[in-house]
Amino acid sequence: MGQLAGPTDPTADAHWEHSHARKGFFTDTSICIGCKACEVACKEWNQNPQDGELELLESSYDNTGALGASTWRHVAFVEQDSERIEEARESGRKLVSLGMPRVGPPEARPQPAAEDTTPPDTPEFRWLMSSDVCKHCTHAGCLDVCPTGALFRTEHGTVVVQDDVCNGCGTCVAGCPFGVIERRTDGTAAPRTERDGQPGKPEVKNVGVAQKCTLCYDRMVDDQTPACAQTCPTTSIKYGEHEDMVETARHRVAEMHAQGRTEARLYGANELDGVGGTGSVFLLLDEPEVYGLPPDPRVPTADLPRMYQRAGLAAAGMLAAAALAFAGGRS
Amino acid sequence: MSLSEFDSYRPPEPPRRRRRNGPRRRGAGQGGGGDGSREMPMVPEPEFGSYYGRPVVKPAPWGHEVAAYLFLGGVAGGSALLALGGQLTGRGELRRNARLGSVTALGLGGAALVADLGRPERFLHMLRTFKPTSPMSMGTWILSAFGAGMGTAVAAEVDRMTGSRLPLGPLRPVLRAVEGPAGIEAAVFAGPLAAYTAALLSDTATPTWNAAREDLAFVFVSSASLASGGLAMVTTSVGQAGPARRLAVLGVAGELVATKLMERRMDPVAAEPLHHGQAGTMLAWSERLAVAGGLGTLLGGRHRGIAALSGLALLASSALTRFGVMEAGLHSAVDPRYTIEPQKARLAARRAAGITDDSITTVG
Repeated sequence: MGQLAGPTDPTADAHWEHSHARKGFFTDTSICIGCKACEVACKEWNQNPQDGELELLESSYDNTGALGASTWRHVAFVEQDSERIEEARESGRKLVSLGMPRVGPPEARPQPAAEDTTPPDTPEFRWLMSSDVCKHCTHAGCLDVCPTGALFRTEHGTVVVQDDVCNGCGTCVAGCPFGVIERRTDGTAAPRTERDGQPGKPEVKNVGVAQKCTLCYDRMVDDQTPACAQTCPTTSIKYGEHEDMVETARHRVAEMHAQGRTEARLYGANELDGVGGTGSVFLLLDEPEVYGLPPDPRVPTADLPRMYQRAGLAAAGMLAAAALAFAGGRS
Repeated sequence: MSLSEFDSYRPPEPPRRRRRNGPRRRGAGQGGGGDGSREMPMVPEPEFGSYYGRPVVKPAPWGHEVAAYLFLGGVAGGSALLALGGQLTGRGELRRNARLGSVTALGLGGAALVADLGRPERFLHMLRTFKPTSPMSMGTWILSAFGAGMGTAVAAEVDRMTGSRLPLGPLRPVLRAVEGPAGIEAAVFAGPLAAYTAALLSDTATPTWNAAREDLAFVFVSSASLASGGLAMVTTSVGQAGPARRLAVLGVAGELVATKLMERRMDPVAAEPLHHGQAGTMLAWSERLAVAGGLGTLLGGRHRGIAALSGLALLASSALTRFGVMEAGLHSAVDPRYTIEPQKARLAARRAAGITDDSITTVG
């Protein structure tokens, strides 16, 4: 049993003897153009079925909804007015004044004080676009609670479901603090009979099994880039060694702050956070919850020893109550 | 706010998403929020940042089967303790009925668990690994160990009831010999069987379950105690059901105290689903039935009819507790408020306490 919380190398923690470098994404949402090519590439490569009915969700250009069993990349669209932009800038500035972990290697960082830090003209409207994906946490809630061993830590430090092992118990769905993994239903809400009648519709695979982003494990073992990162036209999705990704992210956020764009902040780059840092790092332009991300996720298993302790105490209490019930008189 | 002249061509705004359960969103950033943002459906409300009101975490894909299992597992565990007591104190009827009740609850509960799997035919994959970080894995092993003991004890019981008609041959003396130890073995796993489900629910990102992690196990074992006591009061004559009555009363007292303690120690926002909607109704009735059943047991437990009625009330109370807790958790996962607000509050509290190095959001 590995470490339950705190900074660690997940590959070594999972007892991989020949440890490869940990791989991950850096999704820079400041240069995302919302083309959804990542969503398409992901679906194509992984042969994921349609996710529910085709419908307009009345949420800007986002008609995908959320990450799920058949949606492993999801581009969020948020429309904001100038007031909200100013608030985001202010909250980002506060992160700095809170004395959050300092930015990048200090010497490499441009010194904001020396430059003009007036924010660029505040537009009266902006669109936030962010391609969300499985975080491949250092301490993955889904992996910890999986009873069958279907979820496993790969040699690249990512978390992958073995779909021939998973029996669809659903514990991982509740265990994920980010709401990523999901049990696949038959892929669409339409009645089976209608779909079966249509020519050319492939059968939905892995029904009833938990599914999520594999960080293209099948491509990774061949030293290929994951489909989403390869297809991203703006390099908003970057893929590489986790350390490099965090490094790149730190430089980028420093650069943006130096430009006065203090709304920029990193998400998941801190190995001291509740999940030990995420394998997929994001640069966000507002609070995480605006993008549908939890503001302070914590892997539930971090508290599991305490829960077992309490459960053990409760079980002992029950035994004592039963003993008392039999000891308490002859009737 | 209009951004362009073309906005006037937009279709009328659809009705806002209904907000369940009365007052919500105490302005996190801005006060009141008189909701003057009617004409901008695309912009999320500033006072409560969420992504179009969509869930942050996903609810467990667990239906009524799992809630039923929580109840039945508790009954099975508690009954095993009563059966052992009956075995050790020479109460034959209590022992027999408690064993039969236990194995029935166990069988039904196990079937419910399998039925709720996405791939029921793969239920044996649960026994591929022994994984302490997974309460579901530990629970499977507890259930298996419990089932082995209780199954053996019940086989001996059934053999005795049928007048040694089971085709056991030379194994009969062996069965009779291991019957007692098997009953003890089952009872060893009875407490864990009733308690582990609390860890199973709490070891998730589901806000209400996770927030209840300190005390949920105590609520669950109390609920299991009162339910198994209730079952024995229904099945067993009042002469032998004395310990069952006492266990039931202890369970009621334990549950009332544990529930109050649990709610007091939980994050107030995460505790809300326990009082709202369907879950709130179920838990309120659970408490009423527990009190009624407990009082009935105390005052009229020696009257066969009142004992049986009280027992039924207690069983219903326990079932409602489990279904209520299940429902509250699922509701807390679906509404992003229960995820976001407690998390923001605890992050702010840590920052106020000077801990600023453990946020997932950083500027470097």
